Amino acid sequence: MNLLIHHFWELTITGLAIGAVYSLVALGYTLVYGVLRLINFAHGDVFMWGSMAAVWVLTAVNAHPAGLAGTVGYLLLATAAAVAVSSTIALLLELFAYRPLRRRNAPPLIALISAIGASYTLSELMGLRDKPFHWLGLDAQMQAYVGRPRENGVMPAFLTNGVVLHIGGYGVQKVDVIVLVGSIVMMVALDQFVRRSRLGRGIRAVAQDPEAAALMGVNRDRVIRITFFIGGAMAGVAGMLYLLKIGATRYNAGFILGVKAFTAAVLGGIGNLRGALLGGFVLGVAENYGSAIVGTQWKDVVAFVLLVVILLFRPTGLLGESLGKARA
Amino acid sequence: MRTLGSFVTRFRDRFSTLPKGTRLAVLVVLVMLVYLLPIINPPGLTTVDSDFASVLFSMAMYAIIAVGLNIVIGYAGLLDLGYVGFFAVGAFTVAVLGSAHGHIPWLLCVPAAIAVTMISGVLLGAPTLRVRGDYLAIVTLGFGEIIRLVLVNTSWLGGAAGISNLPTPPSVSLFSIPHLVWNGAVPLVDPTASSTFLKFSVTDATPYYWLALSVLLVILFLDWLMQNSRVGRSWEATREDEDAAELMGVPTFRFKLLAFAMGAAIGGLSGTLFAARQGFVNPDNFTIIYSSLFVAMVVVGGQGNRWGVVAAAALLIWLPERFRFLSDARYLLFGIALILLAVFRPQGLLPPRRRIRAIAADETEEVLEEGVTHA
Repeated sequence: MNLLIHHFWELTITGLAIGAVYSLVALGYTLVYGVLRLINFAHGDVFMWGSMAAVWVLTAVNAHPAGLAGTVGYLLLATAAAVAVSSTIALLLELFAYRPLRRRNAPPLIALISAIGASYTLSELMGLRDKPFHWLGLDAQMQAYVGRPRENGVMPAFLTNGVVLHIGGYGVQKVDVIVLVGSIVMMVALDQFVRRSRLGRGIRAVAQDPEAAALMGVNRDRVIRITFFIGGAMAGVAGMLYLLKIGATRYNAGFILGVKAFTAAVLGGIGNLRGALLGGFVLGVAENYGSAIVGTQWKDVVAFVLLVVILLFRPTGLLGESLGKARA
Repeated sequence: MRTLGSFVTRFRDRFSTLPKGTRLAVLVVLVMLVYLLPIINPPGLTTVDSDFASVLFSMAMYAIIAVGLNIVIGYAGLLDLGYVGFFAVGAFTVAVLGSAHGHIPWLLCVPAAIAVTMISGVLLGAPTLRVRGDYLAIVTLGFGEIIRLVLVNTSWLGGAAGISNLPTPPSVSLFSIPHLVWNGAVPLVDPTASSTFLKFSVTDATPYYWLALSVLLVILFLDWLMQNSRVGRSWEATREDEDAAELMGVPTFRFKLLAFAMGAAIGGLSGTLFAARQGFVNPDNFTIIYSSLFVAMVVVGGQGNRWGVVAAAALLIWLPERFRFLSDARYLLFGIALILLAVFRPQGLLPPRRRIRAIAADETEEVLEEGVTHA
């Protein structure tokens, strides 16, 4: 308890920063749930692939501390790579794991089984990525990328960290600012896209009533593809920001983060975009406060207990469910 | 996959038309053969790189787990992704009572473990079974992980190092049975390996296999009794249409809770077997990946068919042990198999007979309504 009072601002700000990552991943869950009524269990692994892509690109260009322009360049490059890989994986996921089921009108349990299978496939492909290179005899050249696939992929340190400003006695780190600003920019962009653009209207229409939307000329399959694409892109950005904040990623990093992001989505009200944002921040901060009170080793337990408590007492989340019913 | 499934189905239909005496005789011989597997070491079946009896023990133990989870998923239709938690509770009950905080013999630990896991099943089920189907999966996933984290972080439960020196089942040394080795197609008596009847030791897994197999058979029998009773019918009604079942007077919540508790108890029972064979337990034995493995067994086998899930459990454990080059890629293959199964054969390899009839009926109805056959 003492710890919480003494480090209140530090806990709050680092909690908001990691919460921003949860929010971005949670957006993917919420969007897909909104249009398909499906828990995309493999979304955490989409995120993981994005973060790995960022590590590879930064390793490939041999990122090192290099002034403001260089740092921004590295950031943009790595983010672009993460977004490209994540959104591609998300589209492939939709194509192979979900679309065939939709054609057959499979019950939700089967879709969930397929999602679990996809989650395994994605994380294990990453965990076994050294094998094909080993067969091709390219181990030596590719060592930096595929060596020890089950260990952490560490981001080259190119960002000189430093205190930017002081809030209530805590010196806010540069990383925290980048993560918060980056994620808020993405969230606002997405929110405006869904609210104002033609495609966004299509997404909301399908979420609200798929059949009526189809009758009004909305191409449902296209909307679903776009939804997966956007969710994947958000997960890619989240992967990059996670890497900045944590410094490393690994083949199974997607699992626990995915469950937490799902918690965030449920916390805010699944299917509700702004709810996902709020849920992510609340979860990040609550997790930090909780671990200050009961000890850091219980951090994940705090998140899970929060999930269970919410589902029991307010299953519709803080802001209520449904993308379709969101204010237009 | 489809052809294998329908082949087995046809075989099963053929078998059920045989006279009762013949069927019984065939079953007895089969069971005897299964018991004697570690003694016979059949070439082709036996595992080269690891001890065959140990592999057989694992197969029987996982089959028990699959039967338990089949009650929750297959009969009651509740997707439980945290089943490994009950397995852990069972194993740790033995560890706590038999080694860390007491010296209670294994045989007495077993009922205690069953009781503890049953209670934990009710405690978990009572709040979580009220949430919607797809949420239940995530909540149970969270609970499974909470149990593991509690084990890691509680020094009273051994912490991350776990607990060792667990009690073994009571042993008697009655007679010893030599194992066979095969020279081509000729069986020879192996002078180096023999099993003493019911002497439970670290070096010989055969008695543990017999124990696990016997437990499995008892569980299968109880499972059959339960499924064919009012309880089983209530589960089925709840699974198919909860609202309709409730209207027909089935207290669905209570039966869902019962399914959860029964599943938990069987999971705990297999945990006690695991603890006895292993001799030590630590939280690493109970990571979330096992939960998905258990679910895979039930789904691959065909939810609701006890023989299907037993076969799937045995197969999923045996394949990576027999073909060692598979064991690295084991979870990758799982993942791909789950997707393929969901897409091409959502009812599993060996669906229950009633499910097959339901699918056939659906297809006929479709043809009558639409006038076309669905490929």
